[in-house]
Amino acid sequence: MLQALEGSQAIAQAVALCRPQVIAAYPITPQTHIVENISKLVADGKLQCEFISVESEFSAASVVLGAALAGSRTYTATASQGILLMAEVLFNIAGMRVPIVMTCANRAVSSPLSIWNDQQDSMAVRDAGWIQLYCADNQEAVDTTIQAYRIAERTELPVMVCMDGFTLTHTLEGIDIPTQKQADTFLPPYEFSRTLNPRDPLSLGTLVTPDYYTEARHSHHQALLNAQAEIVSADQDWFAISGRKCGGLLSVEGPEQAKTAILTIGSVLGTLREALEEFPPGQPVKLIKLRSFRPFPAETLKAACKELDDVIVLERALSPGSGGIIGLEVLAALSELPKPPRVHNFAAGLGGRDIPLEILPTLLSTLNEPSDKRFKIIDVELEKLPEEDR
Amino acid sequence: MIEIRIHGRGGQGNVVAAYLLAMAAFEENRYGQAFPNFGAERRGAPVMAFVRIADSPIQRRNQVRHPAFLIIQDQALLQVPGVTDGLLPGGKILVNSRQSSAELSEQLGKEAVALQATALAKKILGRPVPNTALLAAFFTLTNMLSQDSLALVLNKRFKGEVLEKNLQLIQQAAGLVPAGLWKEA
Repeated sequence: MLQALEGSQAIAQAVALCRPQVIAAYPITPQTHIVENISKLVADGKLQCEFISVESEFSAASVVLGAALAGSRTYTATASQGILLMAEVLFNIAGMRVPIVMTCANRAVSSPLSIWNDQQDSMAVRDAGWIQLYCADNQEAVDTTIQAYRIAERTELPVMVCMDGFTLTHTLEGIDIPTQKQADTFLPPYEFSRTLNPRDPLSLGTLVTPDYYTEARHSHHQALLNAQAEIVSADQDWFAISGRKCGGLLSVEGPEQAKTAILTIGSVLGTLREALEEFPPGQPVKLIKLRSFRPFPAETLKAACKELDDVIVLERALSPGSGGIIGLEVLAALSELPKPPRVHNFAAGLGGRDIPLEILPTLLSTLNEPSDKRFKIIDVELEKLPEEDR
Repeated sequence: MIEIRIHGRGGQGNVVAAYLLAMAAFEENRYGQAFPNFGAERRGAPVMAFVRIADSPIQRRNQVRHPAFLIIQDQALLQVPGVTDGLLPGGKILVNSRQSSAELSEQLGKEAVALQATALAKKILGRPVPNTALLAAFFTLTNMLSQDSLALVLNKRFKGEVLEKNLQLIQQAAGLVPAGLWKEA
């Protein structure tokens, strides 16, 4: 049944359905109402769980690492500067191959200081070795949170559920909260294969000489690539229980014969869907929703794009001095096709800039323009800048 | 789809008003979406919140630039540039004001209705929070959603004395504006 809920509130309920045993969080801006709502569930006795209020995001990540190694199902949430402070621990969590679920309420990072939405924060820890799943709406964020536990626990890899800050976390909309029975059916109790035990001691994250470091990295890389199958099967199995799916690694919608596609990540998808109705384009257009950014589903993407002439990649972050982050990976993957489509790469909506419906005609108009630029921030207002910075 | 923009100051319950409006839509088996546009996070700062109400799921997430209705929680905000920008032709403005509706309409050159929401809230709640009174007036003017739905969502959001007083407040506020004046054609 649809309930009118704020995104953060819905995520708190979804996390509670997963029966976490230890939650650690640093409740200060930039945070969201997620941990605030969870702490209330714990205080009201509705969630039996150890809630540890820590003194920094570094500690929040460290506490869930320790708790997960001790055999607990854990949760934490972060955003923006918080995830940057966590960065060192995030690499450790992934390198030790510990199943932890964390929400990243995507927000811009300083400087200049911004509290608003973009995806620079999770992109900054792209290489930490976590699975990263991006959500198009709050329903997907709820369903992905539950799926994330199963994916994490089966692959023994941490999963970051990325949802646009404000745009999703602070939006009230209709959300179907699964029942406890549905969550329990999907998610068996957590059993970590390497739970620390003083009677059977084990060291993790120890010094590795050059003799084995390379192999550790290779096996981590391989584990992430292999996780694709678990991401797909979690989505399928959750569909069987809930009747809803989130699109596995990526999903494609729109007319079969379309030769142009717009690939997006996160919550801009719905705006583009309605823009296609409001501004019917001259040619048929497909929409590709990239859900799994890590692992990057190169083969699935190639299969989805092999008949296309143009792929427009719209992302909410950039790598200054290079350009698009996702665009580059799409370009690399599609270059392996016998007839690679042209890739046009844009960023928009940085630091909370509104992405209006009119972005659709703007994006499509670039197809016919000769462009010497591989990448462009499409909604930049150059007149605000001095001549030399344009 | 109907789009509404709420302007107020930090502390006036702008986001709560937007959420209550969207929640009421769900009570009547319609769809709602509400989200704030946070500026500086401090009391008194001008803030905005957006609401959409529709008969099918709402997918767009852009800000409301062309609302059919504006709800202004502080009359002084009408002096702030941009507040009435983008109002659709024939759009209506509900203002928390001590002026008369006729005076406001003339000043703005647009159809406006005034409600002395702050005074009413002070009298009944003992606090100058105009949001629920304005919502009750808005529901009455537009007939878009019923007072019963507003009471239902207030029941979900508040409890105890605050709830009781707000229920009293919306009943009184609803009686102060012409019912159905802004009813959809």
